Amino acid sequence: MQIQTLQFVKKVAPPWTAGTVNTPVGSVFRLSSDWSRPDYWGMIKSRSGAFRMNYAVSPGLYAVGDPTKDSDVFVTANYKLTFDMLRRELKGMQAWILVLDTKSINVWCAAGKGTFGADELVNRIVTTKLDAVVSHRRLILPQLGAVGVNAAEVQKRTGFRISFGPVQAKDIPAYVQAGYKKTIEMRTITFPMLDRLVLTPMEINPAMKKFPWLAAGILLFFGLEPQGVLFKQAWFGGLPYLILSLASVLGGAFVTPALLPFIPFRSFAIKGWLIGLLAVFAVHQLLHLPAPGDTIAMIVSYLFFPVMSSYIALQFTGSTTFTGMSGVKKELKIGIPIYIGAASISLVLLIVLKVKEWGLL
Amino acid sequence: MKYLANVTTLSYAADKCAGCGRCVEVCPQGVFEMQDKRAAIIDRDLCMECGACARNCEFGAISVNAGVGCAAAIINSMITGGEPSCDCSGSGSSCCG
Ligand code: SF4
Ligand code: SF4
Repeated sequence: MQIQTLQFVKKVAPPWTAGTVNTPVGSVFRLSSDWSRPDYWGMIKSRSGAFRMNYAVSPGLYAVGDPTKDSDVFVTANYKLTFDMLRRELKGMQAWILVLDTKSINVWCAAGKGTFGADELVNRIVTTKLDAVVSHRRLILPQLGAVGVNAAEVQKRTGFRISFGPVQAKDIPAYVQAGYKKTIEMRTITFPMLDRLVLTPMEINPAMKKFPWLAAGILLFFGLEPQGVLFKQAWFGGLPYLILSLASVLGGAFVTPALLPFIPFRSFAIKGWLIGLLAVFAVHQLLHLPAPGDTIAMIVSYLFFPVMSSYIALQFTGSTTFTGMSGVKKELKIGIPIYIGAASISLVLLIVLKVKEWGLL
Repeated sequence: MKYLANVTTLSYAADKCAGCGRCVEVCPQGVFEMQDKRAAIIDRDLCMECGACARNCEFGAISVNAGVGCAAAIINSMITGGEPSCDCSGSGSSCCG
C-alpha cells in the first residue's frame, strides 16, 4: 500500500491539482476545475501551435471532486487543452478521469494514428488498477475516440463497457443528465465560421513561408535583361504579379475557408478557383494591374492565379471536419494535371513575353 | 456541409446488422439512424471515411476504406508511396488542429 502511494504521488503536484484523494490502491491527484492564468495562457500557446510537445499531462488516473467507487470514469488524451476542457466541464461533479498517453496529441488525431486506441486504454486500465478503484465496469470515452478504439475489444479484454459520450466536452453535463443519451447535435461535428477562422492562420503561414521564393523568382524573371539583372525592371515588371500572388494566397487560404459554405460547388478546388478568379478580377479593376492592353499578361493572370488559389484552398481539406480521403483523392487526380498544365502554359507565355521584350522576335 | 457526392467507400450490409446502435453512437457525421431496430444510412454523401463505424460494428455489417481527407497528406503519400497520414506534430501541414 505504501509503495503504491509513493508511485502515484512521487512528483511535485502540478498547479492544476488541488490535493489528493485516497483510493484502495493509493492516492491520486484531485483536479481543480477552475482555470488558472497559466491554463488560459497555455490554451493560447497550444492553439497557436507553439510549445505543443512540452505541454503534456502525465497519463494516469485523476479525481474530480470526491468520487466514489460508483462514480463515472471519463477517458481522455494527454493533450493539455483537451484535458483542460474536460476538467472545466466536469466542475461540480464527482468523477474519475483516466488520461491516456497520446503523446500530447488531441483525441481526434491520436485516434487516427492509433495512439488513442484499445491497447493504450487496456494498458492504462491495468496500470492504474481501475478495477479496484471503481466497482462498476463502465467507461465514457469522447466520441471521436471511436475512430481508434474498438469498444468490443476493450470489453473483452478488461470487462469495461464503453459508452461514447458527446463529441464536445461542453455537452457532457447535459449528456449525463439525460441518462447518458446523446442528441443528434451532441454526436455530430459542426464546423462554424469561428472555427474555420481560427484555422486560417495555419493555412496562411505555410503559404506565406513559400512566398519569398516565389517573389524572388518573379523579380528575377522580370529583372533579367540582356545586360544583367535590372532592379527597376524587376520592380515594375514584377509588381503586378507579386500583388496577384498575394491576392491568391489570401483568396485560397483565408477567404475560401471563411466563406466555405457560401461559395458554390462542393469541390474545394473549384471553390478556391472561383475565389481566385474574383481576386484577380478585383486587382484588375481596382489597381489596373496588369496594365490594360497587355494581352499576354492578362491571360497569364487569369490562367495562373486562380489555379494557385485553388491549390491553396485544397490544402484546407486537412483542417476540415467533413472531407474524406476518397473525395480529396478525386480532386487531386483531376486537379494536379490542370495545375501543372496551367503553370507550364503561363511560364511559356511569360517567356514569350520576355523574348519579345528583348526584341528577339 | 457536404463534400463530393458518390465518392465514399462506405458499404453497409443490412442483413448482418444486429441492431446494436453502435454505428449511430460513433458516427460524427450522422450518416446512420436506427429504423425498425436496424441501422439505416440516411445520407452516404455525409460520410468522411473516418472509420469509426466499421471499427465498432461487432457484426461486420460495415466496411469503409478509412483515411485522412487531407490534400497535403495524400500528395505526400503519392510521392513517397506510403499511406496518407497526418503529421500532427505540425510544422507545415495543418492536418488535425
Ligand atoms: S453497429 Fe453494426 S450491428 Fe450495430 S446497429 Fe450498426 S450496423 Fe447494426
Ligand atoms: S466512416 Fe465515419 S463518417 Fe463515415 S459513416 Fe462511418 S463513422 Fe460515419
